[in-house]
This record gives sequence, C-alpha cells and structure tokens, in this order.
Amino acid sequence: MLSNTGNFLLFINIFLSSLTIYSSLKCLKIKNNYIFKNIYQISLLQSTLVLICFFTLTAAFIVSDFSLITVYQNSHSLKPLFYKISGTWGNHEGSLLLWVIILTIFSFLFLILNKNHPKNYRLYTLIIQNLLILGFLLFIIFNSNPFSSIIPIPKEGLGLNPILQDPALAIHPPLLYIGFVGSSIYFSAAMASMISNYSGSLFAQSIKSWVLISWIFQTLGILVGSIWAYYELGWGGFWFWDPVENASLLPWFAMTALLHSLLVLEKRNTLYFWTIILCLMTFTLSVTGTFLVRSGILNSVHTFANDPSRGIYILIFLSLMIFASIYFLFSKYKPTNDLINSNSKETFVLINNWFMMFYLITVLLGTLYPIFTDAISNNKISVGPPFYNSVIIPVVIVFLIFMAIGPQAKWIKNKFSNLRSTLLILGGAIIINFAIVYFLKSYSLISNLILISSLFLIMSSIFDFFKKSRLSFPRIISHLSFGFLILFIGLNHNFSVEKDFNLKLGEAKKIDDYEFALLDLKLSQENNYKAVVGKLEVNNSNTMKRKILYPEIRIYDNPQTLTYEASIQTSFLGDHYLTMSNIDRSEYYNIKFQHKPLMIWIWISVLLLSFGGFLSLFKNAKNN
Amino acid sequence: MQKIIKSIIVFLFIFVLLVFYNSLNRETNYSTDYLVGNKLTNINLKSFDDNKIYTSEDFQKSRYTLINFWASWCAPCRIEHPYLMQLSKEKNLKIIGVNFKDKKINASKFLNELGNPYYYMAKDTTGKQSVNFGIYGIPESILIDNETIVLKKFVGPLNEQNFNDIKEIINSL
Repeated sequence: MLSNTGNFLLFINIFLSSLTIYSSLKCLKIKNNYIFKNIYQISLLQSTLVLICFFTLTAAFIVSDFSLITVYQNSHSLKPLFYKISGTWGNHEGSLLLWVIILTIFSFLFLILNKNHPKNYRLYTLIIQNLLILGFLLFIIFNSNPFSSIIPIPKEGLGLNPILQDPALAIHPPLLYIGFVGSSIYFSAAMASMISNYSGSLFAQSIKSWVLISWIFQTLGILVGSIWAYYELGWGGFWFWDPVENASLLPWFAMTALLHSLLVLEKRNTLYFWTIILCLMTFTLSVTGTFLVRSGILNSVHTFANDPSRGIYILIFLSLMIFASIYFLFSKYKPTNDLINSNSKETFVLINNWFMMFYLITVLLGTLYPIFTDAISNNKISVGPPFYNSVIIPVVIVFLIFMAIGPQAKWIKNKFSNLRSTLLILGGAIIINFAIVYFLKSYSLISNLILISSLFLIMSSIFDFFKKSRLSFPRIISHLSFGFLILFIGLNHNFSVEKDFNLKLGEAKKIDDYEFALLDLKLSQENNYKAVVGKLEVNNSNTMKRKILYPEIRIYDNPQTLTYEASIQTSFLGDHYLTMSNIDRSEYYNIKFQHKPLMIWIWISVLLLSFGGFLSLFKNAKNN
Repeated sequence: MQKIIKSIIVFLFIFVLLVFYNSLNRETNYSTDYLVGNKLTNINLKSFDDNKIYTSEDFQKSRYTLINFWASWCAPCRIEHPYLMQLSKEKNLKIIGVNFKDKKINASKFLNELGNPYYYMAKDTTGKQSVNFGIYGIPESILIDNETIVLKKFVGPLNEQNFNDIKEIINSL
C-alpha cells in the first residue's frame, strides 16, 4: 500500500516538475513582468506532495512495513521510535528523497520571496532548479527507489547500523543537506543570472540570504558530525581529515569565500564573474562530494552500499552540471576592468577569498590525490593529517591576522589610522600567549604563533565591538568566534593528556599524576543491545580530583555488532574521556584515557560562529 | 590566449571526470593483488624458537615455497589445516608457517593437536613483519618460486579449489 502511494507521488512529482519547466518557458515568451499564477500553484503543490511522499516513507519506517526493501534493510521492529524515524534518511534511498525535498522547497521559497526581482531571472532560476529536481527524481525512480517492494514480505528487518543509532547522527544529515543541497538554489540563480543578463548588486542581494542559510546549516552539520565522531568513534579526536569530512568542508570553503565576495558585489558592483564562479563551484563541489561518498570510491560510514551504477548516474549528472556551467561562463564572460585599490576593504575581502581557495585546493588535492594515483599508476597511497596539518596550520596564522585587520579597512581607499592600537593589541596577545606557555609549560614555535594570532583576532574583535563605528555586529561575532575556535583547538591540542594501558578487575595503576582503578564490571540488558559496563576511578594527584567513569562495550542484536562507547565527563575546563575494550583471551581490558582541556569551548565557538551567520541573516532580511 | 586557457580548463575537467569514471570500476577494498608477479625482497623472519633468522636465501632452496600465515586463535586456520597437511607431502613444495600475533604455548598446542605441516617455522609476534608481505588478516598464504617471485596469493583459508591450483602449479614442470 505505502509502496504504491510513494511511487505514485514520485511520478506525480516528475510530472509537476516538467509542468513547471513547460509553463515557465511559456511564460518567458510573454513580454510583461508577471509570472503566471499557476506556476506558483504548481510549485506549492510540488513542495506539498514531495513532503507527503517523504512522510509516507517515514510512516513505513514507523509501522515497520518490511514490504519495502529500504525499510527491511535499514530498520527493525524493536528499534526505538526515534531511530525508526531517523532511519528514514539514514540510508541512501531515503536520503535522496531528503535531497529532493530541499531542492523543491528552496525552489518554491526562492520563487515567492524574490518578487522584486525581474521575471526572466526568477523563471530561469526556477527552470534550472527544476531540471536539477527532475534529475534527482529520475535517479530515485530508476536507480534508488525507496519504495521498491520485496516479495515475500520478510517478518523482520535487518536493523540500522548501531553506530548510526545516535541522536547527533539523527540530525546530522538534515542539517548538512540544508547546507549543501541548499547551495543548489544559488547555482540555479547564477546560471539564470548569466542567461538573463541580470548581474550586479541586485543579483547579489537576491542570493545573499540563501548563501547565509546554506552556510549556517553547513557549519552546524559539520559541527554535529564532529561531535558524533568525538564520542562515538572512540578515538578522542574530533577531526580526522577523513575524505568524507573533507567532502563536507570543500563546499564550506567555497561558501565562505562566496559570502565575502558577495559583500564586494553588493557594495561595489565588482567581482561579478568571480562570484558566479563561486556560486557554481559550491554546488558542484557538493555533488562531487556526494559522488565520492556514495559511489563507493571512498570507504566510510557514509558508503551505504557499493553500487557502481549509482556512481555512474551521479557522475553523468555531475558532468552535465560542470559542462553546462563552463559553457555559460565561457559564452557570457566579458573581461571587466575592476579597478581595486590595493589598500581597501575590497582587497581584504579578496585576500579572504585567496585563503579560502588555498584551503580548498589543499583539501581537494589531498582528497583526490589517492584516487588519482590509484587510477593512473595503481599505487595505493593515503594522505593523512600530517599533510593537512603541515600545509594548513602555518597559513592559518597569517589568515587570522588578516581576519583581524581586514574588517576595519574602508571601502575604495583605506588609511591605516589605527596602527598604534593594532600594535598594542598584538603586544597584548603576545604577553597572554607567554603567560599561558609559562603556566602550562608547553612549547613549540608554531603553537605559540597560532595562540598569538588567534588572541590577536579575538582582542581586535572585542576592540571593534566597543568602537561602535560602522562595523557590523554579526561580522564581529563570527570573526570573534573563529578566533576562539582556533585558540581552543590550539590549547586543546597542546595540553591534552593521553594514557593507554591494560587493567583487570580490582586492579589499580598509577601513571604520572593519575591513578586508575577498575572497580567493577556489570552486565546490563537494554532494549536493543547488551552492555558490559566498567566502573573506573580516576584520581588526579595534582588537582586532588576524583572522577568515576563508566565506559561500555556494547553488543547490539540487529545487526550483531560490537561497539565501544566512550565515557565522557564534560566540564567547562575540560573533558575526561575514557574508552575500554576487551582483549582476546585475557582478563585484562585495554583502557584509553584522555584529558582534553576546553573541549566544550570548541563546540561553543562553532555554535557562535553559525550564530553570527544567523544574525547576519536577520540583519539582511530587515534591510531588504 | 583566452582560447588556450579555455581549452585547458575543459580538458582538465574531462580528465578529472574520466579518472572518476575509471575509479568506479575498481576494487575499493585494500588490495594486495599487485604483489603477484613481484619479487619479495627484504625477507627477515624470526624462527619460531628464536635461534635463527630466515632470509630470502632460505626460500631459494626449494623449487616452490608456500608461506602460510596462521595463529592458534584463528578459527579459519583450523579449517585450512588439512589442506596444508596434504600439501606438506608434495616434493616440489616447502611450506613456511608464520605464526602471527600468537603465544608460543598455544601455537605448539595447536600443532600437536592437528599436525605440523611446516618445513620452516617462523613467527611474527607483533604483526609488523607480515606487513611486508601485504598481509592484513589471517589466514593468508603466498606461493613463491625459487626466485622469491610471488606466483599466487590466497586471502582467507585455503579451499579445495586453491589446493588444486597449488598442486597444478607445483607439478607443472
């Protein structure tokens, strides 16, 4: 039943998408500035139906309708309700449906919220967005249909991968999707802008809110993903430069660059083609990332199942997007004479863009290089954290300094009137840095420079805040929180403590300042897993603090999987992080203990960063 | 000039997309198949009783050598053991057993119970030496000739088919 409803809705959506394109083309031929009323209606109906289609799938997950292959493969009747619901998008087919929802709703909202822009521009955006929607709908129906049924109907489902059964991961995909699928709307708008010759600051205004929305959600999506990796993967890190993480970071760099170049386009009416390139690049990178993780070229938790036909489809789609973009760019490109003073806000914004492009290219190379060497020379290599750290970290230092100085610069022509206060702040940053190093006794040149430059950015931002000149408040928040982010990552990295040892029940061990004792082991039976819960006492002889931690070894039933759950005690000063794993044929347990200072502040900084984006979004909405 | 730049950009994208296409049809799992046909160098294995180091020279004495990686705690190793016992009777073949991340006492017990098919016994307690052989799980076996060139690699326990393949190769001359 649900299978038929879902399939029917999918076909209706294909029809509506085609109808939108047809009506828009017809409307384009009429020379006035009104868009047919029925285009609005079709668009609204389309959004409603795609939502109902999605809820149909959710319903199938809730009632455990195993006649659908997707439900059978990714759910189980004993799974908690929350994870049944999140299971809807916790698989390849369902997540594609989420793609289409975002494409469709953004298309509708862009249509109704941009009424003061020219008709042709809006209609072309609608047409291109609907071509994207059509592409994904066809992909769903022919290759990855979530409503495919299975006969005979299985009695029980296979269950959701236990490491995906987690509140953070339940919200991670929707957040990230709003981010990078949302970027589709300014891909379409950029194409439409070239086709309809609608350029300049008005174009910038029409997409600014959309860039902000996608940027905010992309930031939050990446944050939630890292938090999940931090407590679920049990390694105590939060960023591993894994190709999948990189895939989410690449569009983020492009979006951040775009956000800044839009400022110039809006205020000074230059950098139009560069902005267009960034718009096109953001969504292209998003689809590239999707291709890499879904096709199975890269192995990760995101590779739901290996199916080369899937990859071929996305690859064809990607190629069409790229060549259409290139075609329009080349045919519309006119060399412009953008005169930009080397000491002006425009230059500083461009500097931001150079840095973003540098990061983007570095991460892109690191991610693609192994694929290329494998394809060309059969050589398996892996590019890991040492590459990224050594290339990116030194550059971050310079970047932070520009980030502090840049916003104070004036448009057109700037004068460095506040050199004295800048030097004063720099001096302050250096003193604080050495105080930190003196009290906490750790030293390396690069980490000192990181601390100094991030402190410099933080203090400059705070200083800007009190100046109350024409500097924008959302900008201060975002730059300030980015400074905090790098500062806390730097401190966390430098002052983390890690201990790795084996312990058996009743045994105690003293390592440096810490004393560990495994007090108890309990077996507990939960709804969908059994767990061995350890009770560990950690005493710090320095601070005289005593902590009790309860790490778990979980044995999930469906599918049968063993996972190690870290026990984490979070405080504002730092996290105590402990994992326990069993050792084969031994009564000993391997214990990995870490003290990670200021961990929570890293998360808070990123939250604050996206909050800056929210403020900017409100400000932008108010201004327009 | 502009034309050249444009063509370079288009060409670059075509190249990237072609590489992507090519990668789609590749084995994504870490594969050590490339070892086949290559010469094993830097062989340096400690003997089971610690009193000798085996190097490439030791492998050149026999026409064929099968290097078998095993451990007492590995259940599939028990399954393939009868095939190894049969292969140990072959004239042209010597079997080297590399005891992988194991305890000596357990390993000896295992061989006492099921029989010892190994001409040489080596060990790799830390699992590091095995990396040179491209081993990422056990059991695995590598068939080499007297010039230490890898002829065939068997991932997982040997089965009837593998057993026949090995017999065919070593009796082909």
